Amino acid sequence: MRSILSILIENEAGALSRVVGLFSQRGYNIESLTVAVTDDPTLSRMTITTHADERKIEQILKQLHKLVDVLKVCELTDGAHIERELMLVKVKATGAKRDEVKRNADIFRGQIVDVTQSVYTVQLSGTTEKLDAFIAALGEATEIVEVVRSGVCGIARGERALRP
Amino acid sequence: MEMLSGAEMVIRSLQDEGVKHIFGYPGGSVLDIYDALFQCSDIEHFLVRHEQAAVHMADGYTRATGKVGCVLVTSGPGATNCITGIATAYMDSIPMVVLSGQVPTGFIGDDAFQETDMIGVSRPVVKHSFLCKKAEDIPVAIKKAFYLAATGRPGPVVVDLPKDVQNPKLKFPYQYPESVQMRSYNPTLSGHKGQIKRAVKALMAAKRPVLYVGGGAINAEASADVIQLAEQCNLPVATTLMGLGAFPGTHKQSLGMLGMHGTYEANMAMHNSDLIFAVGARFDDRVTNAVDKFCPNATIMHIDIDPTSISKIINADIPIVGSVEVVLRQMQEMMTEMDAAKEQEDLAPWWQLIDTWRARECLVYEKSDKVIKPQQVIETLYKVTKGDAIITSDVGQHQMFGALYYPFKKPRQWINSGGLGTMGFGFPAAMGCKVALPDEEVACITGDGSIQMNIQELSTCMQYNIPVKIISLNNRSLGMVKQWQKMFYEGRQSHSYMDSVPDFVKLAEAYHHVGIRVDKPEELEPALEKAFAMKDRLVFLDIAVDPEEHVYPMQIKFGSMQDMFLSKTERT
Ligand SMILES: Cc1ncc(C[n+]2csc(CCOP(=O)(O)OP(=O)(O)O)c2C)c(N)n1
Ligand SMILES: [Mg+2]
Repeated sequence: MRSILSILIENEAGALSRVVGLFSQRGYNIESLTVAVTDDPTLSRMTITTHADERKIEQILKQLHKLVDVLKVCELTDGAHIERELMLVKVKATGAKRDEVKRNADIFRGQIVDVTQSVYTVQLSGTTEKLDAFIAALGEATEIVEVVRSGVCGIARGERALRP
Repeated sequence: MEMLSGAEMVIRSLQDEGVKHIFGYPGGSVLDIYDALFQCSDIEHFLVRHEQAAVHMADGYTRATGKVGCVLVTSGPGATNCITGIATAYMDSIPMVVLSGQVPTGFIGDDAFQETDMIGVSRPVVKHSFLCKKAEDIPVAIKKAFYLAATGRPGPVVVDLPKDVQNPKLKFPYQYPESVQMRSYNPTLSGHKGQIKRAVKALMAAKRPVLYVGGGAINAEASADVIQLAEQCNLPVATTLMGLGAFPGTHKQSLGMLGMHGTYEANMAMHNSDLIFAVGARFDDRVTNAVDKFCPNATIMHIDIDPTSISKIINADIPIVGSVEVVLRQMQEMMTEMDAAKEQEDLAPWWQLIDTWRARECLVYEKSDKVIKPQQVIETLYKVTKGDAIITSDVGQHQMFGALYYPFKKPRQWINSGGLGTMGFGFPAAMGCKVALPDEEVACITGDGSIQMNIQELSTCMQYNIPVKIISLNNRSLGMVKQWQKMFYEGRQSHSYMDSVPDFVKLAEAYHHVGIRVDKPEELEPALEKAFAMKDRLVFLDIAVDPEEHVYPMQIKFGSMQDMFLSKTERT
């Protein structure tokens, strides 16, 4: 089962390594991890996506909560939520491929954010599946030079919020 | 406000925290702290001969008293030498504060001389850690370290102190905080009322209950509450290796230790139980045997202060997060409120069944008048010390004999490395106990292998006159390893034989201690009497025991709790 975990953590040196260390030490897998400071500069917010059965997720949540630096933990995939990932893709864009890439970017509502004679760099945000689909489509249309993805960040829908 | 240097702040913070004893070893990056310590007369420092021993000493000190032990070491090798000790404390949830020196902040990351990333190296084996980058941070970091170490599920905390932060020339205003609060740290102490009600109901309804008591009951000082509940409800009590003493081993309701080398009656009772009430225990693999065969008919009720311990290995039907002591009191109140009481007669059939298991007398061993049996050493030790000594142990067969043949009367009387199983723990831990409680008899049960892992501490004992008794069960081998090789490797004794054990008597004498060699069964009791009569001397008893003896009972791997070897020829 794929789960997205949201973590509110003290914005202090070493806090991130405690979270990452916990995952490797206990053999939990991390599919993606994003972290940045929040509106409150003393707090960071992390989003981790992982694969595990329900019982393991329960244990991961408890272990995270046990870390002294962690204030709050929740499983976003428990309820309605919004998830987004940002991707930048650099592709070969020469000849007919230039149009083809542009068309694909439009269909996926991506933006071409950098242009040279031979390459386009496309920016796209969305769910992980959407990004996967875009990479597949681009792969048909042209040659991909490089891909960089931010990893998932997410937030609950409605009133539900992760506050200190 | 008073102006102090970073180094002075470290020592003053310890004083303000009430620290009376500290265990350590100096070096380049803590010289300023040692200089401040030199000028402080309230804190007694014990210079060990290896930093690992300093940590075990602090650990023994803590286990014997509940007071948080404190260690001071230098950076690099001083810090890394502590890791085994810290990991030992971590696995057994022992509170401790380790102060380590660090290279100056400007050198961190440059592979400077004696630089180790102590925060990184210790991370998996500490409850938390602090790197003080400014002198002004020191008092709060130390206050938090002691607070975190001792509250919630206890554990070791590291405070890393770069050398420039200690600078004796730079003075800063000093104030030790009265208390600290951390918004991200709020351990749950009292249990959920609804769960407590369910627990009481389940306990009242149970026909074959077992109280399964672990080290958490000792950490929480809940021994009296455990005894009260057990007596009120006439419950059989099985104790883990870490829980020994939380319920008196001499009590008629005690089934003794459970688990891999647990008693026949404890393991049988567990397997056939309809309600297992785990109190500060964590369903360790050395207890459960095969998890899928674990206690098939039992409802599992589990109190633990650490939510991660609950339903980690065995799913709890009635989980209660909270301090053992608080939750047991809440249960008492709930029983009064619900007017619930368990008739003593209620469990008569269960006790009859248990008595048939007890009748098997699983701890009876073959006596000899030619060779000393290791079990006999422990029984005689019990007799000579009237069951009152604080016993520490190393790791191996001797440890299991100690756990099985010395019925502990009270908590903090049995001190051993349960979770990590650290050979070399017993002797320095005994030293820490003796420093904490000089009027108590302290004996370390050890083996010819384990004692050599920290034997250099004979020198520390000479320097500070720490008169512990070393009871070495010398079987000329790594007995526990050999036992496994005999049982599971067709007797191939790969590197478990100690070809050259030193003359321990001479070794003890070299450090101006007393050494006594015991070879014959009839010499055993007089030798022990003699050793304990020498109150102010360290006595090393080198006791030649039967090298062929195995520890039984022993659970059969991949089986349930009731599958056990009972001797070399019998099994369940
Ligand atoms: C530091 C460490 N290394 C290795 C082991 C594995 N080990 C467990 S028991 C044992 C043998 C202990 O020998 P001894 O101290 O003589 O005790 P005995 O079993 O003979 O009573 C060994 C090597 C351990 N527990 N700790
Ligand atoms: Mg041995």
